[in-house]
Amino acid sequence: MTARSTNRFVPTVVALAYALLVAMVLLALAGAPPIEALLRIVDGSLGSWDRVAATLLAWSPLVLASAGLVVTFAAGMWNIGVEGQIIMGAIAASWVAREVSADAAILVLATIVAGAVGGALWALLAGVLRTHGGVNEIFGGLGLDFLAAGIAIYLVIGPWKRQGVASTSGTEIFPDASFMPTMELFGADIPIVAVTLAILGTVGVYFLLRGTRFGLRLKAVGRSPRSAFIIGIPNNAYILSAFLVGGALAGVAGTVQVTGFHHKLVPAISGGYGFLGILVVLLAGFSAKWIGPIALFFIVVSAGSTQLELRLDLDSSFGGVLLGVIVLFVVFGTAFSQQRAKRRADTAGAEP
Amino acid sequence: MEATISSIIAAAAPLVYATMGETISEKSGVINLSLEGSLRLSAMTGFVVAFWADTAFAGFVAAAAVGALIAAIIAYGNIKLKINQIAIGFILALLAIDLASFFGDSFVGVRGEQVPPLPIPLLEDIPFFGKVLFDHNLVVYGSFVAIAVTSWYFYRTRGGLNLQGIGERPEGAFARGVPVNLLRTVYTVLGGAMVGIAGASYSLDVKLGWRETLTLNLGWIALAIVIFGGWHPVRVALGCYLFGALQIAAFHLQDVFPGIAQVLPIAPFPLMILALVLVSAGWFLALGERFPKLRGWLVLQPPGAIGTIFERE
Repeated sequence: MTARSTNRFVPTVVALAYALLVAMVLLALAGAPPIEALLRIVDGSLGSWDRVAATLLAWSPLVLASAGLVVTFAAGMWNIGVEGQIIMGAIAASWVAREVSADAAILVLATIVAGAVGGALWALLAGVLRTHGGVNEIFGGLGLDFLAAGIAIYLVIGPWKRQGVASTSGTEIFPDASFMPTMELFGADIPIVAVTLAILGTVGVYFLLRGTRFGLRLKAVGRSPRSAFIIGIPNNAYILSAFLVGGALAGVAGTVQVTGFHHKLVPAISGGYGFLGILVVLLAGFSAKWIGPIALFFIVVSAGSTQLELRLDLDSSFGGVLLGVIVLFVVFGTAFSQQRAKRRADTAGAEP
Repeated sequence: MEATISSIIAAAAPLVYATMGETISEKSGVINLSLEGSLRLSAMTGFVVAFWADTAFAGFVAAAAVGALIAAIIAYGNIKLKINQIAIGFILALLAIDLASFFGDSFVGVRGEQVPPLPIPLLEDIPFFGKVLFDHNLVVYGSFVAIAVTSWYFYRTRGGLNLQGIGERPEGAFARGVPVNLLRTVYTVLGGAMVGIAGASYSLDVKLGWRETLTLNLGWIALAIVIFGGWHPVRVALGCYLFGALQIAAFHLQDVFPGIAQVLPIAPFPLMILALVLVSAGWFLALGERFPKLRGWLVLQPPGAIGTIFERE
C-alpha cells in the first residue's frame, strides 16, 4: 500500500499534463482559442463572490457523495446506486420540508436527518440485495438508481404536483423556514451550512477509516473478504454498515440539493453528483484525504464550462470531456507505472 | 396486431445488437460497462459520418469502429494493465456521453441518411409472418442473424465452447491451450463493434437523426436485459422484445394514464432485480433440480470468472 501511494504522484502529474494537451487539441479542433477558453472556465466559476458561492453550493453535495463512496469502496463495494441514494435523500428531505411545520433551526436539522435516513435506507436495500439476494451491487444499484428517479418523477408530476399544473419543472417552492441557511459575506450568500456538512462528512470518514476499529475491520473486509471472515469478522454486517454510512452521506447531499439549491423537488435532483463522485474517488485513489480539493477542481471545470457555451459558443459538455480524459489518463498512468515497477521488481528478484 | 408486433420487432433491433455484443463480451469474462456512452458516441459518429459520406453504410462502419475502440481500451486496460473493468467502463461511459454532446452539438436537428426499407419478395406475402418478419430493412434482418449466429456459435461450435470456457474457468481453458487473454480481447472488441452498430441503428434507422437524448438510458437498459436474459442469447433477445413491447404499451397508454410514459421505461430494472432475487431463492433452485429439462431455462448464473483478471502463473 505504501509503495502504491508513493508511486501515485509522478504518474498523476504526467497524466494531468497529457490531459491538458488533449484539452488544447479538442478546443483547437472545435475552433476555440484554447488559452482563452481555459481562463474562461476559471473566471466562470471563481470570477466573482457570487460565482464562488455558487461553486461552493455545488461542491458540497459532490464532496458528501464522494465521502460516502470512500466508505463503500473501503468495503470493496462499487456503490453505483449512489445516484439513487442522493435522490431518496432529497425525497425524504422534501417530504419533511413540505409536511412539517417547525422553527427554522429545527426544520433544517430535520431535513438533514431525513436526507441521511432516506439515503441510508435506499443504500441498505442495495446492500441486502447483495448480501442476501444474490444481486451484484453494481447492477442492483443501477436498478435502484432508475427506480429512485422514477419515484421522483412520479412525485413531481403526481401527488406533489403544483396547483393545477402537472409539469416536470418541479414541485411548489418549499416554505422559507426549510431553506438551508447561508451567510452573507463579501456581498454574496455563502452556503455555510452546506460547506460545514461537507467538511464534517469528509473529516468524519477520514477518521472513521483511519483511526477506528470499525474502519480497520471494514478495510480488511474490503481487501480480502475470505481472510477477514477467517479471523472472525462478520463480512455481511460490515458490508451493510458501509452501505448505511455511505448512503447516509449521499442522502445528505440530496438534502443540500433540495433545501440548499433548488428549494423544491425536481426530477433530475441528483445533479449527477453521484456518478461524478465516483470519478472524484477514483482520482483520489479511494482516500478521503484528497476528495475536497479534487471535487473543487471538478466543480470549477464543470461550472466554468457553462461560461464557454455563453461566451465562445462551445458546448458545455467540454468540462465533462476534460474531466473524463483526466481521470482516464490518471488511472491508466498509475496502472502503467505500477506494472512497470512490478516488472522491474520481478526481474530484480530473479537475479541473485 | 400484425403492425404492432412488426413495430416492436423493428424498434428492438438496435437493442438486440447491443445486448448480443454485451453477452459475447461478458460470456468471455469482460464486462463492458461503457454501453450508455458507447451507444451514444457511436450513434452520433454514425450519423455524422453517414451525413458526410452520403451513405448510411459508411455510418455503420464508423459507428462499429467507435464501439470497438472503446471496448479495446477496456480490454487493454484490464488485461495488460490490470485495471478494474468496472472502473474503466464507468469512466469511458461518462466520457463518451460528453464526447458525443461535444462533437455532435452542431448536428442536432440536421436531417441525415436513413436505411431504406427492403421487404423480401415472396416471403413478405406469407400471411401474418410476412408482415411481422419480412417487411423490414437490413438493420432488422441483421438483428435476426445476430441472434441466430450468436446462439449457434455459443452452443454448437468449438469456438463457442472455448468462449464459455474462458469466461467460466479460465485456468482450465488455459491448461487446454486456449489463449485466454487474446480471445477475451477479440470477443470484447467484437462485442463493442456490435454495440457500435446498435448506436448507428438508432441514429440512422429507428430514431433518425442526432440529439443528446436519442439513446438516453438505453445503454444501462441493455446491461440490465443481458442479466435478465441470464447471458443466454435467445432469452436476452426475448428480453429486448419484451422491452420493445413495454415501450409501445407506454406510448399507447399515455392518453389513458398520463405519466406512464415516464414510468414504464424503468420497468426493466425492477424486473432484472426481481429475476436475480428469484433465481437465488432456495425453492426456485429446487425447481430446477426437480425438472432437469427446464433447468437450462431457469438458471441465471453469471459466467464464473466474469469481471476477474486472468494471470498465468
